[in-house]
Amino acid sequence: MLRKTTFGSLEHYEKGGVQIINDDARNYAFSNIFEVASKSEPYEKIAVGKNLKYVLEAIRAEGISPWYAASHDEAAIVMDGEVEIRLVKLEEQIVSEEHEGTTVLEGAPKGKKMGYIVARRGHMALLPKGAAYQFHAATPGVILLQTIGGDLTAERWKDICQK
Amino acid sequence: MSNASVNECGYRAFSLGAYKFVRDEYFAHITWPGGSHTISVDRFLRALMRDVAWNFFYGTVNFDEVFGTTNHYGTVDVFAGLYNAGFRERNKQFVEALNGDHVRSTFLEMLEDWTNEGFDPFAAPEETGTPFGPKRGSNLSAVRRNRVVAKRMVGLKGDTPLRSDADGNPVNRQFTDVDQSEPEVHAEPGFEGEVHAFNFFAYLSRSDVTWNPSITSAVKDSLLCPTTEEYMLPIIHGNDRVEWFVQLSDEIHWDVQDRESGAPRARVVMKAGDVTAMPADIRHQGYSPKRSMLLVWENADPALPDLYAKKRLRPNPVDF
Repeated sequence: MLRKTTFGSLEHYEKGGVQIINDDARNYAFSNIFEVASKSEPYEKIAVGKNLKYVLEAIRAEGISPWYAASHDEAAIVMDGEVEIRLVKLEEQIVSEEHEGTTVLEGAPKGKKMGYIVARRGHMALLPKGAAYQFHAATPGVILLQTIGGDLTAERWKDICQK
Repeated sequence: MSNASVNECGYRAFSLGAYKFVRDEYFAHITWPGGSHTISVDRFLRALMRDVAWNFFYGTVNFDEVFGTTNHYGTVDVFAGLYNAGFRERNKQFVEALNGDHVRSTFLEMLEDWTNEGFDPFAAPEETGTPFGPKRGSNLSAVRRNRVVAKRMVGLKGDTPLRSDADGNPVNRQFTDVDQSEPEVHAEPGFEGEVHAFNFFAYLSRSDVTWNPSITSAVKDSLLCPTTEEYMLPIIHGNDRVEWFVQLSDEIHWDVQDRESGAPRARVVMKAGDVTAMPADIRHQGYSPKRSMLLVWENADPALPDLYAKKRLRPNPVDF
């Protein structure tokens, strides 16, 4: 028997939760990506997962983002909506190897256009090391970003997690 | 070492350190100096499959409340009663540290001999035959599957490939409604290898295994290990570090227990878009009523187990 596959979205999501028997709900840092993105400003990078220096960020994609770069690969999963990702090969190294996490660039990057990706729900895109990238979403969407905690990562656990 | 002879049911017996393993039509029987244990062979083979394919994974793979393995990444503790409060209270646990490669090769040999034709320990129960009965052929292609380990991202040139009908990966019966359209990728000449995207949900919809986290993308030691889940996790996974779950589709319920004693700590109900941490000092078992997509997120830093064991890191990921 085929049962419908259920995905979440900004428009419609249901949230589960932690039922405590002998513990503290805060140990589970339980949140929902769509709920977080529904309350965020466009392109705020809200940590919804943190494993020491590594993070998963929930990002509300809406309009045109600044240009970003990192000294390492990042991976973006579009969880809702349609997002165009524009990529430029940086002429020179803007972010030092030691600096981890996403860095925002001032203005447009200098370098050759690498191309662009149009990604919709369920698509994963590589944001390669050495490239600058920019998001564009005509309507609100949600990105889950695999990266390293950096200057732009916002930690609001008290606001987003079950207590 | 395995005995060449077979028992009246047609199965070989196996020895591993001081342990002996025998199967009959319904059960796997494990004995060790001073004790013995019986597990339904259905449950045993499903757990054994994961232990072999995952190369013991991160931390502890409890086959059930008594028997299992703990990975020390080179050596493996094969234990009976080590994480069972009753055994521990009476000092009845038995643990043997063995070479990991030796344990894995013995387990694989056992899996190959004890898995009958038509039974796939990686498949959901509704998708496979019965494990029970006397020896009846084998299913080597099923039990020799390994977990996918992408170095950078699935689908990149030189990395693990995407899945398609053509390469024998049809969409699973429970995911026929998952959109299969690929993203638009417009690469300028010379950048074809770097401008990369793929339909991640479609890729998962074509997985033919359950409860088998496989690496899809890596950012240094940060590994996205998505998996498709149906029925129940056939092991109880004990953490040696914090791991995180992101529910990508549908719903999974988790029982969370104290890693050492098995005492219940919480239940976690996850729906699409939910994110939760699994602390470093727990064990967990999941139940997925419908085939679902789960993103398991791991930090593969090899220093972590020791840091958590020595309590230099707190078992919870964030304080607030």
